[in-house]
Amino acid sequence: MIEIIFDSIPSFWPEITIALTFVISMIVEFIVGRKGKASTGMTTGFVVLLGLVVTIFQLPFQDLEPRLLFGTMVAVDPFSAFFKYLILATGIIIVVFSMQSRELREQETVGEFYCFIAAMTFGMLLMTGASNLLMVYLAIELVSLSSYILAGFSKKQKRSGEAALKYVLFGGASSAVMLYGISLLYGLTGALDFSSIQAALAGGVAVHSVHSFPILILASLMILVGFGYKISAVPFHFWTPDVYEGAPITVTAYLAVASKAAGFAVMIRFFYVTFFDSFVDLGHWVSLPHIDWVMMIAILSVLTMTLGNLVAIWQDNLKRLLAYSSIAHAGYILMGVVAMSDLGLTAVMLYFLIYFFMNLGAFYVVMAIADRIGSEHIDDYRGLAKRAPLIAAGLSVFLVSLTGLPPLAGFIGKWMLFSAVIEANLIWLAIIGVVNSAISLYYYARVFRNMYLREPMDGDDSPIRFSPLVIVITILFIIPNLIFGIYFGPLVTYAQNSIELFLR
Amino acid sequence: MQFPILTLITFLPIIGMVIVLLLPKDKTRTIQITSAIVTGLQVLLAVLIWSMFDTTKTGINEVASMQFVERLPWIVIPETPWFGEIRIDYFMGIDGLSMPMVLLTALISFLATFSSFSIKKSIKGYFAMFLLLDAGMMGVFCALDMFLFYVFWELMLLPMYFLIGIWGGPRREYAAIKFFIYTLAGSVLLLLVMIGLYLSTIDPQTGAHTFNMIAMMDPANVTEGIFATVGSTARMLAFVGLFIGFAIKVPIFPFHTWLPDAHVEAPTAISVILAGVLLKMGAYGLLRISFPIFPEMTLYFQIPMMILGFVNIVYGALCAMAQTDFKKLIAYSSVSHMGYVLLGMAALNVQGMTGAVFQMFNHGTITAMLFLLVGVLYDRAHTRGLNEFGGVYNKMPVYSFLTVIAFFAAIGLPSMSGFVSEAFVFLGAFQTSKLWTILSTLGIVLGAGYMLWTFQRVFMGTLPEKWESVLDDVNGRELFTLIPLAIIIIFLGVYPSPALNWMSTSLGHLVDLVNGSAGQAMISTF
Repeated sequence: MIEIIFDSIPSFWPEITIALTFVISMIVEFIVGRKGKASTGMTTGFVVLLGLVVTIFQLPFQDLEPRLLFGTMVAVDPFSAFFKYLILATGIIIVVFSMQSRELREQETVGEFYCFIAAMTFGMLLMTGASNLLMVYLAIELVSLSSYILAGFSKKQKRSGEAALKYVLFGGASSAVMLYGISLLYGLTGALDFSSIQAALAGGVAVHSVHSFPILILASLMILVGFGYKISAVPFHFWTPDVYEGAPITVTAYLAVASKAAGFAVMIRFFYVTFFDSFVDLGHWVSLPHIDWVMMIAILSVLTMTLGNLVAIWQDNLKRLLAYSSIAHAGYILMGVVAMSDLGLTAVMLYFLIYFFMNLGAFYVVMAIADRIGSEHIDDYRGLAKRAPLIAAGLSVFLVSLTGLPPLAGFIGKWMLFSAVIEANLIWLAIIGVVNSAISLYYYARVFRNMYLREPMDGDDSPIRFSPLVIVITILFIIPNLIFGIYFGPLVTYAQNSIELFLR
Repeated sequence: MQFPILTLITFLPIIGMVIVLLLPKDKTRTIQITSAIVTGLQVLLAVLIWSMFDTTKTGINEVASMQFVERLPWIVIPETPWFGEIRIDYFMGIDGLSMPMVLLTALISFLATFSSFSIKKSIKGYFAMFLLLDAGMMGVFCALDMFLFYVFWELMLLPMYFLIGIWGGPRREYAAIKFFIYTLAGSVLLLLVMIGLYLSTIDPQTGAHTFNMIAMMDPANVTEGIFATVGSTARMLAFVGLFIGFAIKVPIFPFHTWLPDAHVEAPTAISVILAGVLLKMGAYGLLRISFPIFPEMTLYFQIPMMILGFVNIVYGALCAMAQTDFKKLIAYSSVSHMGYVLLGMAALNVQGMTGAVFQMFNHGTITAMLFLLVGVLYDRAHTRGLNEFGGVYNKMPVYSFLTVIAFFAAIGLPSMSGFVSEAFVFLGAFQTSKLWTILSTLGIVLGAGYMLWTFQRVFMGTLPEKWESVLDDVNGRELFTLIPLAIIIIFLGVYPSPALNWMSTSLGHLVDLVNGSAGQAMISTF
């Protein structure tokens, strides 16, 4: 037993490092954070930043060959490595963003903020590799508990407290449902690790019995609830708009990109591995007969993108608008999961890579503008093109990229997703997808309509000054959106090389 | 490797846009001159292409007879065990179908640049968007790789949205977003069909899937995936989807409702671009993509398409007759005139097809001129209400003379270019469907009706007092934009054969491809 642990540790260094970062940052915050009232949390912030950077540089030294660690607890494979890079990169950027956020600097205990970012990152890294239902549950809880605290971090703002409370209630309920699903599945198959469950199901356990088959379906649905909550899929999305609006904007961005990526990683691993039956040609996965989880997720995908887009049309708060848009994007990404093919997985991963650039960019600009004009309301964006031409152009690039118009990167992501869906012969899903993408144009266009087509409110067209750092960061986000729209070969290759899942 | 003239003509405006963006905001004159130089160089390049163009080469579905071909690998993603190589080419080339469109785009963009000099609001942004739009339009007509085609196709949406939305009339926001959403809805259908075709087509040279439109035209290459079976429902849906996508752009009834709004709200120069070039892209897409790739569906839907052509002609003309806004009238006359294009191409014979493409070119010049003329009047009177005018002839004789030319060309009077193309359209369509052709001739009568009535209302009678001091005759800049169009219209009306020669070889080949043995064999199996 002890050998297994020692044998696993060398491949577990990234997770260990980030866990240590969490502990060390807590101690640092204890020592330096409480001295004076003027604490900006910068020291702790830099500790966490350093920890994240060290962690990301340890990733290349993880095993490249897919294997399991600690018995069956965690898998290490290119698939999880891809998501770890994505999550850590997002984490680094979020810490950098947070250091600039006025909203956060006003908090007295902002140092703790960075500690919980580390804890949340640790949980997400575990989620990407978890291949045992117990581990899945623990990892999701670790992420959730940290994010409840982060969401309520702006203590002086009522909406932040409301967000945290809603988040706790919804999170608690959905993880209870998920836990119940896990226990049902354990009761049926007698196993908690994915491959044993798969072996049991493939052996006919619970599948052929009239009594236990509905329970199996129920159990899968309940587990789906847990994942659906994490990726904010409709109808488990109710927490999303309020939390996204109420939480500090950097937390919102972290939830919208990293937490969502981790949710997708664990969900894909669970469904693909647990219900895996065989491969057919061209990397198409076939799930065990009788269990049509593909249809369940397809319906989830349609609901998610349609509702996300339709409700986004009515939003006047930019954070809320981006919240609904990110719900819609979860719906698009689910199409790639539904395709059940290696092409579908490639599309999902490619989409996340691009989503990283366009969504973080959009959140960053909204944050920068809110720091200056103190509002996220769409009416306050009027005439922004005159008052801050570069920032307005940047936001337009991100929004057009989110719409999926060529020649911006967002189009490539959509193109790949639709290719996967059409290749899997799910034409109806592709049609719903493209109709949604036309609808989404309307609310993204509302933003640049206000920025470009309308005059400023109250005739105030004084220029808004941004610090050079803000402008540089905005440009750094614009560039990949432009470049990857016309030159995306390496991105696709990278995604293709990362689809290998641990599978026995 | 020959001189990359098509790349140059397409990307020249992008270079111009970068220059414009780098210039300081208050150097308005420099910005205007830069744009004029860029579009002027484009015209020179287009004339160069025209002079070197070999009218005996067919093009359409043969790579070897495409002209000015440039082909470079753009995106190459190596093969994986589970998915073939992904390869997208930068593949440009023109034939007799696209050459007139390239010429038209260059010419209209150049003239529209001069018309844009009357724009007063944020000039830098305007010309940057204008040049980007220009690049997108030119790219659409030169691209032979469908991915590339799609990128160019979408590239002009955003500039067009801003050009209408920022510099347009009072209801510009509504018109701009309506245009944007309509066109995007159409082009996402195009996207789906494009992906389906990609997954179905194998490039015989590389053995991998391809976006090469020419390869897609050979049924022998379309062997996998959803479009492999000739006459299948998937192919029918794809054809209908593509048709709707392109019909929105043309626009074909009932997808035309964005057009009057966009035209009325857009500034004059942008109306000129819309009518002159943008509408042609829909018809071009049908001829370049739908017809040769889905020939059996083209034959299957031949008569429905002719009926839609008839509806467009008559409905457009009736709507035009009911308008009291000068610009809206021209917009609806556009709908009517594009109906002739659809009628001609659906005839699927050489006369009809030639007539259709020639009509595309002529409509580009005639309607551009009409919109320029409306712009002249609007710049002076700041209204376009037809009933508010009268007796303009006495005050603006030169203007009125030019209007007479444009109106008569739009009616299709002999010795004007519009007559030739409409005659060819009817000649071709009559051979295919006597009934719908005869009914469509109603459009000519109605066309004469609303044009002459408009002329009577605006130019005859007595001039209302209030216009006495404001209406001056056309100035030099306006003459500079109007005269070339008038010359082209009259020249091609008297001596159309050069223009017909550009396209006849290619279009004859296209007709054979769809209607000839290949198409007939395909339809017989379904």
